[in-house]
Amino acid sequence: MELNAKIPPGPLKDKWSFYKDHARLVNPANRKKLEVIVVGTGLAGSAAAASLAEMGYKVKSFCFQDSARRAHSVAAQGGVNAAKNYKNDGDSVYRMFYDTIKGGDFRSREANVYRLAECSAQLIDQAVAQGVPFGREYGGYLNNRSFGGVQVSRTFYARGQTGQQLLLGAYQALMRQAAAKTVTLYTRHEMLDLVLVDGKARGIIVRNLDTGEIERHSANTVILATGGFGKIYYLSTLAMGCNASAIWRAHKKGAFMACPSWTQVHPTSLPQSGDYQSKLTLMSESLRNDGRIWVPLKPEEKRKPNDIPEDERDYYLERRYPAFGNLAPRDISSRAAKERIDAGFGVGPQLNAVYLDFSKAIKEQGKEKIKEKYGNLFAMYRKITDTDAYSEPMMISPAAHFSMGGLWVDYELMTTIPGLFALGEANFADHGANRLGANSLLQACVDGYFVAPYTVSNYLAGEIHAEKLDADAQEFIDAEVRVRAHLGKLLAINGTKTADHYHKTLGKLLYDYCGLSRSREGLVYAIKEIKKLREDFYEHLKVPGTEEEMNGELEKAGRISDYLEVAELMCQDALTREESCGAHFREEYQTPEGEALRNDEAFCFVSAWQWQGEDKEERLVPEPLHFENVELTVRSYK
Amino acid sequence: MKINLKIWRQTDAGSPGRLVDYELDHVIPHMSFLEMMDTLNEQLILSGERPVEFDHDCREGICGQCGMMINGRAHGPIPHLTTCQLHMREFKDGDTIYVEPFRGKAFPVKRDLRVDRSAFDRIIMAGGFVSVNTGQAPEANGIPISHEQAESAFDSAACIGCGACVATCKNSSAALFTAAKIAHLAKLPQGKIESRKRVLSMVEQMDIEAFGHCTNTEACEVECPQDISVLNIARMNWEYTLSKVLK
Repeated sequence: MELNAKIPPGPLKDKWSFYKDHARLVNPANRKKLEVIVVGTGLAGSAAAASLAEMGYKVKSFCFQDSARRAHSVAAQGGVNAAKNYKNDGDSVYRMFYDTIKGGDFRSREANVYRLAECSAQLIDQAVAQGVPFGREYGGYLNNRSFGGVQVSRTFYARGQTGQQLLLGAYQALMRQAAAKTVTLYTRHEMLDLVLVDGKARGIIVRNLDTGEIERHSANTVILATGGFGKIYYLSTLAMGCNASAIWRAHKKGAFMACPSWTQVHPTSLPQSGDYQSKLTLMSESLRNDGRIWVPLKPEEKRKPNDIPEDERDYYLERRYPAFGNLAPRDISSRAAKERIDAGFGVGPQLNAVYLDFSKAIKEQGKEKIKEKYGNLFAMYRKITDTDAYSEPMMISPAAHFSMGGLWVDYELMTTIPGLFALGEANFADHGANRLGANSLLQACVDGYFVAPYTVSNYLAGEIHAEKLDADAQEFIDAEVRVRAHLGKLLAINGTKTADHYHKTLGKLLYDYCGLSRSREGLVYAIKEIKKLREDFYEHLKVPGTEEEMNGELEKAGRISDYLEVAELMCQDALTREESCGAHFREEYQTPEGEALRNDEAFCFVSAWQWQGEDKEERLVPEPLHFENVELTVRSYK
Repeated sequence: MKINLKIWRQTDAGSPGRLVDYELDHVIPHMSFLEMMDTLNEQLILSGERPVEFDHDCREGICGQCGMMINGRAHGPIPHLTTCQLHMREFKDGDTIYVEPFRGKAFPVKRDLRVDRSAFDRIIMAGGFVSVNTGQAPEANGIPISHEQAESAFDSAACIGCGACVATCKNSSAALFTAAKIAHLAKLPQGKIESRKRVLSMVEQMDIEAFGHCTNTEACEVECPQDISVLNIARMNWEYTLSKVLK
């Protein structure tokens, strides 16, 4: 099967307009006959569900949390990018497009990225209209700041809770439609399978997590907006419930997975402090605007940070990347931190952290100004570590964060299964091998508010005459039988190890061999170990209780059974990409200075993977990337 | 350190619940409260018992999903903190800790420490939004909003909807939650237009959901993880009275 990205014709800047001008429409009278399933209520899911419902489609919205407002988009802190050029510092759609393409290490599609930049300004307008209280200048106009990887100010923010405020805007739009009965909400429901009829996505099987009941839901199209799977590393910045199950089960039904090994490791997380730990808390990247990152010049330094004089500190980002300094992109900053930590210069009780120091900024701007910009982050730091970061540097460390990979989608955000769309972090699009800060909220919102309404309608225009589908159709019955069999299998093992045990073991394997740096040897080893771990899982897992009731352990076990398969594909994907790019650093491919060495001749493509069946190797289907508007340069931040 | 726990166990909304004693021997002070609960659950599963069901997700104090009464206080002994950010260093070796679900008639227990907070969603459905469709919003800088006004709206918008305000209130009032949304939107020009209609329907929905009335004890503000001010309630009352008078 050849992959067709369906990029519209014409010059880059006109592609999206061309698409919108030519997309098929659905008569308002017909829209209410068409049903849409949206799984996930984060920014992409809520935005899509609300927008499609406003248009008149009948929408069913699903999430596993107890309220749509709690999707993990809520936790994004720093901000959202938009090429508004409010600061008159030379920003433009093209420049934002270029920064994003370069930030992604030339491994994303030009047309998608341009559309992202193009729709960015509109998103700020939409969010402000919804009442999102973005930061304002004293004259009443919107304020913004810089983020990693760029030299202009294009990041809009609502203190350190931009994700929460944007999500509340989308959630409120969703609740408005729920009140208007155009959306039916199914909270505490987890999608466990995708149902295909005649090769098209026509429904899902879900489990009601409060009662254990298995339900069948049919529709004319299914939209997955289920977020990323960075939690596969167990210790990550993601919420405990984040998972890959929905996209993985869609993958096993025929949707290709693209670039699953590209997981962003975020440089400003709090360091791990013990084995009991369940997650790593992220401190916003915006802190790097004013915080300076350093480690002591002497290895295994015992002195307190404030006792180490200026000339005995190594501001390694400023030293290595003078043009971008502390604002170097996430992959570069994370790797530079790992390099220093591995070389023995790490700080903190476990020697696994670096300092993020605000003393200079406080001296120059005053404590009040810093408090106004980052007060809640400093408060959060205090809550977790019991340390006052106004008087001594924070300790930060890299942590698994955002999945650049996900379901393969074309320009319309449709997967290789007709009628199945993937939005936001659940798809692979737009970010390439590295995501620039403040682009995740943007992509999720743009996919949900501005892309899906056109592309989903374009698809539904061809489904107006589709037969009304009964959820009693044989395909639904078969899917339900498989779901029940899988749940039964997990419960029947009745072994001696908990689901968390497997998750932690898998996470450590991935950190060590498919984390910040990878090697052929390590990846081959990891694949072997993952296979063994999977066998062990099905022999020794213990899940108490039954499937016909609320059962948190059963939920976890189901997600981990999927993670154990995703992990193998991640390693496989990393193994075949014999180059270093963005978040993917293969030790065999680096410059003498230790920078990533890309290979555009051989690897300028998206790795899409096709499921071949249980216990069979997945098939790699490359989608070549064509760059007509940018030159593939060596990515330098020096 | 050693910790004794008395945890509320309840199979479902219809069954009676009771406090059950548990003991944990190796609690590390740096653990979060939820990590301590994970450790307990690991122990329970391996001994063949059902683990304790509790709500949690982001574990960084922002999703609003976690929440339990700890020694009688919503989210535990520290003011303005979610349960996920409470650490065991706040307790002493040998302490006995009572862990119960959030209280409130409108928050029925689902199982163990999990409660049903969907009443909050229905309050938002009653008008906690700006009625704007996707796609054609005007230029964002077309409506200047003063820095102070935007910050003040943010202070109200910061509510995470955890329900601690209800759980700690002797009347189980949802006034702080509802007022925060009403104030957030009323303070911005975009939300102001609908504010009269909004306050009436949201307050009415609070009554339908069986939340109690606010009697100004201000307990909600003390426990609120986001430190949402009770002045929001004053604002809501003012908006409500104005709307009633002008209706």
